[in-house]
Amino acid sequence: MTKKIATREAYGAALVELGRKNPGVVVLDADLSKSTKTHDFNKNFPERFFNVGIAEQNMMGTAAGLAAAGKIAFASTFAVFATGRVYDQIRNSIAYPRLNVKIGATHAGITVGEDGASHQAVEDIAMMRCLPNMTVFVPADAVETRAAVLAAAEIDGPVYLRLGRSGVPVLHDENNFTFEPGRAITMRQGQDAAIIACGIMVHAALEAAEVLAGRGISVQVLDMHTIKPLDVDAVVEAARATGAVVTAEEHTINGGLGGAVAEVLVENYPVPMRRVGVRDTFGESGKPRELLEKYGLTATDLVRAVQEVLQCKGK
Amino acid sequence: MSGQAEKLAQLRGRARQIRRHIISMVGEAGSGHPGGSLSAADIVTALYFDVMRVDPQKPQWPERDRFVLSKGHAAPVLYAALAERGYFPVEDLKTLRKLGSPLQGHPDMRKTPGVEMSTGSLGQGLSAANGMALAGKLDGLDYRVYVLLGDGEIEEGQIWEAAMAAAHFKLDNVIAFLDYNGLQIDGPVEEVMSAEPVADKWRAFGWAVQEIDGHDMEQILAAVAQARETRGKPSLIIARTVKGKGVSFMENEVGWHGAAPKPEQVEQALAELGE
Repeated sequence: MTKKIATREAYGAALVELGRKNPGVVVLDADLSKSTKTHDFNKNFPERFFNVGIAEQNMMGTAAGLAAAGKIAFASTFAVFATGRVYDQIRNSIAYPRLNVKIGATHAGITVGEDGASHQAVEDIAMMRCLPNMTVFVPADAVETRAAVLAAAEIDGPVYLRLGRSGVPVLHDENNFTFEPGRAITMRQGQDAAIIACGIMVHAALEAAEVLAGRGISVQVLDMHTIKPLDVDAVVEAARATGAVVTAEEHTINGGLGGAVAEVLVENYPVPMRRVGVRDTFGESGKPRELLEKYGLTATDLVRAVQEVLQCKGK
Repeated sequence: MSGQAEKLAQLRGRARQIRRHIISMVGEAGSGHPGGSLSAADIVTALYFDVMRVDPQKPQWPERDRFVLSKGHAAPVLYAALAERGYFPVEDLKTLRKLGSPLQGHPDMRKTPGVEMSTGSLGQGLSAANGMALAGKLDGLDYRVYVLLGDGEIEEGQIWEAAMAAAHFKLDNVIAFLDYNGLQIDGPVEEVMSAEPVADKWRAFGWAVQEIDGHDMEQILAAVAQARETRGKPSLIIARTVKGKGVSFMENEVGWHGAAPKPEQVEQALAELGE
């Protein structure tokens, strides 16, 4: 059984590590520091931690001001509040002036679970992806989250970090892992189809590839941890090598990873494609596992999508 | 003339020059916001020519005082002050709002030297000022952050989030001016959305509040001096102003919020403002 760690846990730990390394790092939260795990940073560096209360707009603006004065500001809250609630603040006070604000968005996707649709961000990638100057990371596990947090601090400009609430299996080897923003990681080689996945769906993609391998179908799996800038070369290469692409994300199929990959393929190398994700609907209360099943985000759904896309390909 | 009287006379002359620039540049651009730029001209002049510790040769000097124009549509008054102060050539003011110009319709900190924050979407500047003020305290720097808010702008909820936070964090290095000219796009502030009693609200939020005539240079300087002495809380200076101040046909006319004067109106305005 693989070890499970929530990416928000890794976020909290990485912030502390970063705080030790870089005195210019400051962290903001909007009354959710126990949930977003920024309270660890607060414990270690109270003078560099600002709890702005339940006031996300002001948090984003304050983070912008801190960044304008030379700080690297990590503003943290749940993904629904870190995007839609403050879209204009991010657009005008952060992205447009290209300020060094890193948005730590936890509890993204439907796996936030029982709180229901109001707390399940399924459109946040789309919103952040269309903002000029914004980098968008969707790490798949704890190891990748740590690397993404450290990389975010090195990037000159805004970064959106999409993190989850629930524990997810650790896929990467922490002792032997290189993270390059904008460069997909090939998790598995294959010739018949490619699954391009992000976040928790990387794990489901690997499971699906294993099932399909048992049926004699060889599937490439890409961990697309950076949605923007997207690794265009990797997408085109996957399409060229396999002739069929499936995307997988814990997000609406509109405008997220699936949208980004589709845009690249249709302009560069059109092949049959399927997008696995939430199908243009809001979520509901339930256990994460139940929700993943109901909304079609399991390895089984990916197996089905690969089979469909192979049929289109003419196999 | 005494030193103080001479200084005040110089500042008044400078404010007149800045008003002339506002009229010329908005006229040249054919669009823009003269009304709220003219109402804030005396405040901005006082800040850039007497109050603030800045060095136009080193716009990024870490110890500089900051000015955030939260009501970003008043960009002309900021650009005029920056040009007069020597951040960029006065001739550049002619390029306002034109393609390729550093002088965007609303301030862009990446394009114009001296602009501290990109603004234009109302209600966001005070939060940014708070962030700058927090950074200053963290770094042990004694710079201050000056903010200019519009009286319509404070209808935005984020302003009150930021007001609460500035008091909570005891940001006595934040000094905000409220350009209280009484008019917003759709009409008198009192009719569109009254925030009265404004002074009481800010006091209740934990701010030190003063009320002055925003066109009286002496009162502006005195208020800033008092705000700078205030410890443990942020300061708000409610400046009673006249929208379109200095140009007879623009004064208190809501239509001049966002309209450019025609060439003959530019001439008349410049004649009224005098040398």
